[in-house]
Amino acid sequence: MTYMLGRKALDEIEAVLQQDLSDVGVDCIFLIDMAGNVIANLDNGEIKHDIYSLAALAAGNFAAVSTMARIIGEDEFSLLFHKGEKESIHFSKVLSDFLLITIFGKGISLGFLRLKVAEATEKIKRILEPFCTP
Amino acid sequence: MAFVNLKNKEVQAKIVYYGPGRGGKTTNLEYIYNKFNKRIKTEMVTIKTHGDRTLFFDFLPFDVGKIKGYSVKIQLYTVPGQVKYDATRRLVLRGVDGIVFVADSMAVRREKNILSLRNLQKNLATFRKSIFRVPIVLQYNKRDLAEQGIPLLSLEMLEKDLNSKLKAPYFEASALLGSNVVATLKRIVWMTMSSLLKELK
Repeated sequence: MTYMLGRKALDEIEAVLQQDLSDVGVDCIFLIDMAGNVIANLDNGEIKHDIYSLAALAAGNFAAVSTMARIIGEDEFSLLFHKGEKESIHFSKVLSDFLLITIFGKGISLGFLRLKVAEATEKIKRILEPFCTP
Repeated sequence: MAFVNLKNKEVQAKIVYYGPGRGGKTTNLEYIYNKFNKRIKTEMVTIKTHGDRTLFFDFLPFDVGKIKGYSVKIQLYTVPGQVKYDATRRLVLRGVDGIVFVADSMAVRREKNILSLRNLQKNLATFRKSIFRVPIVLQYNKRDLAEQGIPLLSLEMLEKDLNSKLKAPYFEASALLGSNVVATLKRIVWMTMSSLLKELK
């Protein structure tokens, strides 16, 4: 399946990522699909991560963890988060086909981040719903 | 699942190198990475076991250039070939747009090629994809081993075993020496993009 996103949808998504996540101090945010394609990405201008490699690994990691959940009888794990010394990474599923990934430093608590990610996820869902596979 | 970004005029598509273990899938990507390292700005990502076998996948993003005004970014993946890694193989296939099936030309690997192609068909079916519809190129690898006196499957036998129903384009190759690695890549990129354009019409 091939899907297209136009300027309007992408601008709306970027506005959500900017206002809900980047403006509150998240260092790097990217929205990908489960095939590992990068739909949108924003960073604070100070860090430059290899987004395409991160996207491929994140999609693979998320798929592997979801399969593990199913094997032990869970639909999915609700919290997907890796804590680092300086930077941490959080994954949030958006609809069935997309993944919102945030990289954040010590200045943000995990609770606050989860709250902001949940808000952003709801907004992005509404934008992406028309483009989703049934 | 190719993604077309109309704002940045960019297309992203996923091509997966599939085939039996130790057949040369990773070597294909390594050759491409070394040959085009000026165009590939990132490191090749590999998830290997301690024994140097692919555990999950290899990944290489590759900028093809512009097609019809759109910059085309191809994401190249390999799967782990060993039979026991079927679950991870299936994960890598999610959203695939084109496939290179790397067959091992060594006579002793005949059965493994056939089983791996059947496994590909089965795994594609889990994503409701048909092996007969997805763009696919066959690569008969390790042809260079003939010079070392190692018994190889003849081209006719490989075609009969693997391609009698598929009728896909094929290349005789040596991923180690690089012969026909780029030709294989060019062909699958061309087929994937043609299929994508057809889908968007």
